[in-house]
Amino acid sequence: MSGSLGTTALGALVLLPAALGVLLLVTGRRADRVAGQAAVLATVGALALAAVTAGDRPRLSAPFLGIVRGGELGLAVDGLSAVLVVLVAAVALLTTVFAVVDLPPDAARARFFGYFLLFIAAMLATVTATTFPALLLAWEVMGATSYALIGYRWQDPGKLNDGTRAFLTTRAGDLGLYVVAGAALAGTGGLVLRDLATADGGWLDLAAAGVLVAALGKSAQLPFSAWISGAMSGPSPVSALLHSATMVAAGGYLLLRTQPLLAATGWAATAAAWAGALTALVLGAIAVAQRDLKQLLAASTAAQIGFVILAAGIGATAGGTGQLVAHAAVKAGLFVATGSWLTALGTKQLPRLRGAARRYPGIGAAATVAGLALAGIPPLSLWATKEGILAEAGSGPLRMVGLAAAVLSAVYAAKIIAIVLARPTGVEPLDDEEPGTRRVPVPATATAVVFAITAAGLGALAVPAVAGALEDVLGVEAQPVDPGGLLVGGVLAVAALAVSVVVVRARPAVVRDFERGPLGSWVGLRRLLSPAPAMVVARVAAALDDRVIDGVVRGVARTVTQAAAAFARADTGVVDGAVRGTARAFRRAGAAARRPQTGLLHQYYVQAVAGVGVLLAFLLIAR
Amino acid sequence: MLLTVVVLLPLAAAALLLAVPALAGRAAIWVWIAASAADLALVAWMWWRYDPGQGATGVVGNLAYEVDLRWIPTVDAGYHIGVDGLSLPLLALTGVLFLACAVWSLREPDRPRAQAALFLFLQTACLGTFAALDLILFFVFFDLTIVGMYFVIAGWGHDHARRSALKFFLYTFVGSLALLVGFIGLFLGSEERTFDMVALAANPPLTDSPLAAGLVLLAIGLGLAVKTPLFPFHTWLPDAHTDAPAAGSAILAGILLKLGTYGFVRIAMPILPDAWQRWAMVVVVVGVISVLWGAFVALAQTNVKRMIAYTSVNHMGYVLLGLGAAGLVGQADAEARTIATVGALYQMVGHGLLTGALFLLSGVLWSRGRTYAFDSWGGLARPAPVFAALLAVAAFGSLGLPGFASFIAEFQIFTGALQAAPVATVLAVTGILVTAGLFLVALQRLLTGPTAVPSVGEDSGSDDGDAGDVAPSSRPTEGGATATALRRRPATGMRDVHGPELGAVVPLLVLAVLLGLFPRALLDVIEPAAAAVAQLVAR
Repeated sequence: MSGSLGTTALGALVLLPAALGVLLLVTGRRADRVAGQAAVLATVGALALAAVTAGDRPRLSAPFLGIVRGGELGLAVDGLSAVLVVLVAAVALLTTVFAVVDLPPDAARARFFGYFLLFIAAMLATVTATTFPALLLAWEVMGATSYALIGYRWQDPGKLNDGTRAFLTTRAGDLGLYVVAGAALAGTGGLVLRDLATADGGWLDLAAAGVLVAALGKSAQLPFSAWISGAMSGPSPVSALLHSATMVAAGGYLLLRTQPLLAATGWAATAAAWAGALTALVLGAIAVAQRDLKQLLAASTAAQIGFVILAAGIGATAGGTGQLVAHAAVKAGLFVATGSWLTALGTKQLPRLRGAARRYPGIGAAATVAGLALAGIPPLSLWATKEGILAEAGSGPLRMVGLAAAVLSAVYAAKIIAIVLARPTGVEPLDDEEPGTRRVPVPATATAVVFAITAAGLGALAVPAVAGALEDVLGVEAQPVDPGGLLVGGVLAVAALAVSVVVVRARPAVVRDFERGPLGSWVGLRRLLSPAPAMVVARVAAALDDRVIDGVVRGVARTVTQAAAAFARADTGVVDGAVRGTARAFRRAGAAARRPQTGLLHQYYVQAVAGVGVLLAFLLIAR
Repeated sequence: MLLTVVVLLPLAAAALLLAVPALAGRAAIWVWIAASAADLALVAWMWWRYDPGQGATGVVGNLAYEVDLRWIPTVDAGYHIGVDGLSLPLLALTGVLFLACAVWSLREPDRPRAQAALFLFLQTACLGTFAALDLILFFVFFDLTIVGMYFVIAGWGHDHARRSALKFFLYTFVGSLALLVGFIGLFLGSEERTFDMVALAANPPLTDSPLAAGLVLLAIGLGLAVKTPLFPFHTWLPDAHTDAPAAGSAILAGILLKLGTYGFVRIAMPILPDAWQRWAMVVVVVGVISVLWGAFVALAQTNVKRMIAYTSVNHMGYVLLGLGAAGLVGQADAEARTIATVGALYQMVGHGLLTGALFLLSGVLWSRGRTYAFDSWGGLARPAPVFAALLAVAAFGSLGLPGFASFIAEFQIFTGALQAAPVATVLAVTGILVTAGLFLVALQRLLTGPTAVPSVGEDSGSDDGDAGDVAPSSRPTEGGATATALRRRPATGMRDVHGPELGAVVPLLVLAVLLGLFPRALLDVIEPAAAAVAQLVAR
């Protein structure tokens, strides 16, 4: 009985937000007034359903494609999915509440919440999918709705372009998933996600490569990172949702899910670990050099998810999951705070946000706690989860890179904290991006506080008993966290934070110079995603198509026409000419034959005499 | 009998229109709509009664609604028609798309009696080609579609319509001659000297002479490649589309191109299995080149309609990739090859719906501004939000987003083909990224940025920005609702999609979504036939 209840709950978990989202989109602006409330109700429902499915662990399958095993749409909740559905639904609910109060009153809310709910449904389906058709369906719909959400304010120049770039970059990664599906069919004879690690021969390697590309693209890891910078064009609630528990988290989730596959190849796990570690390092450095708070948070998101990817690579499933959850709470809280400041003060430039936390103490306190957690300060969450991952990274270069990246998180977090906690000078030039409302609504503060409490509370994962409970849920064994590592990590983070705060306060010129450097402009990562090469290929192909391929066709047509004209000339000139020439010759002969017949008798006599003469001569000679 | 009625009903309606001069103006369009709707209802009834069976059925057996009459007994060519899982979806697609075009034409009463009669004639030709089970019958209907489409483009097109129509006619007609040569080759190579497709597929000709079989396949392949069209025989397509009327383009891309791909599954694969296997890799390569070439050339276009035309080359390339992979018997197991075939068949239906919708929507641009140039348009989401939404939906469908029919198709083509031709398939997968890019860029150019609507030509007497649309009832008279459309200056307003335009486009998009979310309705019919084709090819 409970099985059918759980199955229904799982179906409803995806269909409820999806159906309401479509309904809002189809209804359009007429639904603007109720869209927000409806979305909150739907996400409350989704959270309740997520809780039910997390307890019940149901499976569900709906007919879709045929012929092979795994062609159906399969959803299931296991330990990892249970954590993820609750996380996604909770963050969805809180960001929806924030969106209701943050969007301007005249916004096209039905469109916003329509796509928002569709996106949430897609993410929920992604983290529960058991077959490739289900996974790809959810995965790509998530990408497309992110396009619509990032380009939500399409009227502003360039915003839709940022959405386009985000969608195209993540879709470039998605190509990997199409290949994985093919490799699964070839290597396992079915389309079941779980069977992937049993694929044989080269299909295993191809599948692992595809999964890696897909995950790195979605999670904004190197070399795909730059799309996340453009994605900041979206409204703040979108950033809070996309860049905490969803979208970028999906890549991390996928790698945690397919960890056995990565391990089975021998090379893919190492590649994932290094991709994650390097992203954490490089994007961490980029984050330090950002002047725009949202850009800083964007780079930091890619960097923090880098730790999840690293965890998946080294098989630290529990640590990676912990990092995913903790980062979601931390980053969602910071995005809510940033969004609230942007709405209230009209700016997200760090220098202008000086003292923002003091102006609005409630949300300021939440942001500070989340910022300290981001820095990895004990006893807050990211300190514990990061150490949980690094504990399994051995003691080689990978661990060194990870530690350096952890220090960088403390540096950029310090940059935020030092500025927003500073005493405002009162002459900050505000309202450079939009007119501020000078008001932070209570629900926004409440959301940020909930996120901050979670971000702080998950520090409990440093306690072996709590970490063990998470491992039990996930059904994995992890190495016990080494207290020495925790201590070193904590001390490093606190030291880096302290030094950075002092530098930001005392030597602002150093920070400014750093911001003007190449790191400030994402070190050419944006150029990597430039469409220019594709456009060159396209123009060359189009010119060839027109001049050469169609040119040949036109040439053939012209040749045929010319040949026909030549034949026509030959026809009139030679064939018909011969006919006419013959006729002319006969006419001339006729005319010539007429000439002697003059009607004059004396001439006839002369002709007769001449004739007789000729005859005589003939007879004389011939005889 | 029912199938004959389905095929000939539109022709009878066309004859009625020509015989009764009183059926002029809108009445002619309504007759057209009624005939197309009745025909679609009959196809729906056929679908309802059709039992696809289990396992591999169709092509050589389990043909429904079969009729086989003597016609030219000296060469054993007959009036042999029937329905299986290959043809039923395309018959239904034909019915749907022609009905959509009929509804669409309510807004464009341009010599409606002749137009309706011509389209009805064309519908019979298309239905006949899909229903035919005899090569000569197939060829006759196949050529009649070329004749019909020639008159549609030449008579109702614009700009260089006559030139493009002639190019279309000559190019595809020459192609059809190659097809005829191939058919005669099949006849001469067959043991029982017949043109009957079922008999030929059951007992394939030329099995012991690979050279002759290869040459016959070459002739048939060339003929179908021109029609499909495949690289490098595709250059008639953009010209024909650019100058064709919207409804003509929708039929040309939605139905006529499918005659080519349908010919591959119905004739080339089951009747020449040995040759298909031997040359399958060539088919795959041509398919992949068409995919990439079509996508990249489309990306560089500056004209909306040319862009959509080239995406058709791209989409048909996927079909050939799937069908070619189905022939690589040594490299892949039966399941994978069947899935590739299913995907190819699904792609025909999905592409028909989505590209039909895209071409009809591009007709909205023509009717409002007499140009398809990207430069002339911008920011249309402001004055025409419904148009923007429909275009966005059609574009996302066409770029293969899950939730639309084309995803079901492309996903199965890729997954099925990867085992047989890994390199080719990985290359082809990148095609969906290029199409995504070109559609998103197109949306951005047309729908966002500063609003720009080209001023219509001076010859226009109407003041509603809807030049040439002389039907009194299509003028905006609702007052306030169309206030923006009443202003005449460029860069102000555009009348949004309305009435018949909505009625034609929305059902196509809804169907594309339904087939994307609930594919079983179509797959149940397609899968047995695809399995049969995959089995027949593997002989």
